[in-house]
Amino acid sequence: MREVAVIGCGMTRFGELWEKSFRDIFVEAALKAIDDAGVDHLDSLYVGTMTSGLFVGQEHVGALMADYLGVAPVPAVRVESACCSGGMALRLGFFDIASGNSDIVLIGGVEKMTDGADVTYALATAADQEYEVYQGVTFPGLYAMIARAHMHQYGTTRKQLAHVAVKNHHNGSLNPHAQFQNEITVEQVIGATMVAHPLTVLDSSPVSDGAACVVLASSDVAKKLKKPLIKIVSSSAATDALALHQREDITTLKAVKHAAESAYKMAGLKPTDIQLAEVHDCFTIAEICIVEELGFVKKGKGGEFTEKGETALEGSIPVNTSGGLKAKGHPVGATGVAQAVEIVEQLRGNAGKRQVKNATIGLTQNMGGSGASSVVHIFKKES
Amino acid sequence: MPSPRYWRETPQRYRLEAAKCKQCGKISFPPRLVCLGCGNKDFDTVKLSDKGKIVTFTTICVAPTQFTEEAPYSIAIVELSDGVRFTTQVVDCTPEDLEIGKPVKIVFRKIQEEDKTGIICYGYKAVLT
Ligand SMILES: [Zn+2]
Repeated sequence: MREVAVIGCGMTRFGELWEKSFRDIFVEAALKAIDDAGVDHLDSLYVGTMTSGLFVGQEHVGALMADYLGVAPVPAVRVESACCSGGMALRLGFFDIASGNSDIVLIGGVEKMTDGADVTYALATAADQEYEVYQGVTFPGLYAMIARAHMHQYGTTRKQLAHVAVKNHHNGSLNPHAQFQNEITVEQVIGATMVAHPLTVLDSSPVSDGAACVVLASSDVAKKLKKPLIKIVSSSAATDALALHQREDITTLKAVKHAAESAYKMAGLKPTDIQLAEVHDCFTIAEICIVEELGFVKKGKGGEFTEKGETALEGSIPVNTSGGLKAKGHPVGATGVAQAVEIVEQLRGNAGKRQVKNATIGLTQNMGGSGASSVVHIFKKES
Repeated sequence: MPSPRYWRETPQRYRLEAAKCKQCGKISFPPRLVCLGCGNKDFDTVKLSDKGKIVTFTTICVAPTQFTEEAPYSIAIVELSDGVRFTTQVVDCTPEDLEIGKPVKIVFRKIQEEDKTGIICYGYKAVLT
């Protein structure tokens, strides 16, 4: 396999982008990434979007975006794996270059969620339609059941869950692209409108519009362009039972665990080698489970770890320096690519007020549905 | 929902029919074509137990469109005495009554209806015992 590097990145601000269309937000992010990369052509395009058909009535997204970016006849395809559509698009682009098929690839993630579609229904299509959704469960409801089980099994507290949101809002306040750039308190999280017991609206990622793009190239091409060499040293994905009730242990995100283990193996790294991570905090409990599955802390200790500040900007392993899904926003298909943008900006030393000092190795973890699919990438800066 | 899609699931929803693997005995609910226990493809149809306990639960406050009139309502993952788990509403109780490990009985109830002229959809719910 050939070595793959990220040579450009760009994103729109995340939020309620009323005045901009689905296709235009993608093109805006793509132009920024292409300009940043300084390339004059693309060999291929991959676009992650979860359910543009339900959100804006538009499928056939690969061709649409190639057309509006003005790069047709470049081959383009839309990639879907629910909330990790963006991360999976990145993975396909990685292998396109690693295999020697392409030299320069654009990866995009995009979602337009505020155009008036029934968002609860659209998101629920990532769960088991006949055996979960039929009974009246929602996505917050599924994560609430994970939270309740985690609290019961490991003594995780309501306050520890809130700490995830408080930390991510703090980081979001330092990110000009974030949907929410305001600080919040533990009391505000706990006292906010209940969505599904014990999770409130401030435990939940918001409804967002946004797009993010990265340009990948083979290391040889990256060197010729004299770009700082941010290599992707791992790309791993895994799956699990689609329905939460089919999983052996409700609190274990097996797809995340499997993807992480094979990512560490592929890079020859251990969890302790990772200096920062962007993870899929669609709900506060998700981040707690994920830091456990990624091996940053023992199973069951994620709540305590977060409360102690270990995952804060100044902690031993900063998690979601961008503000995460919670504060940066969660335009579903864009999330996995936006995670890569944050890690690349951090490794380049361009993260401004939220910069993690001397970071050379970062990880992204993106997840679909209640955890039935997950993808993990590891990025390494070569000096 | 399209009526063929609803009709296909009625054996499971109305009668709790499941598929028991002829080779390893694992029960799949809903039935599958491949056993997750051993990969075998031959099954007997069995009826699930109607007794179980709560594995985890929540109360839905922000509900999907078809369920808004019922909110808040409780949902649980229930483990039946034959080991099968599924997601179901827990009814005829208040959210405060629910606890992990509490025994439940599975009953036949109306689940949702499709707007004013659509079909009425039935299935299983749990009640505390
Ligand atoms: Zn079997």
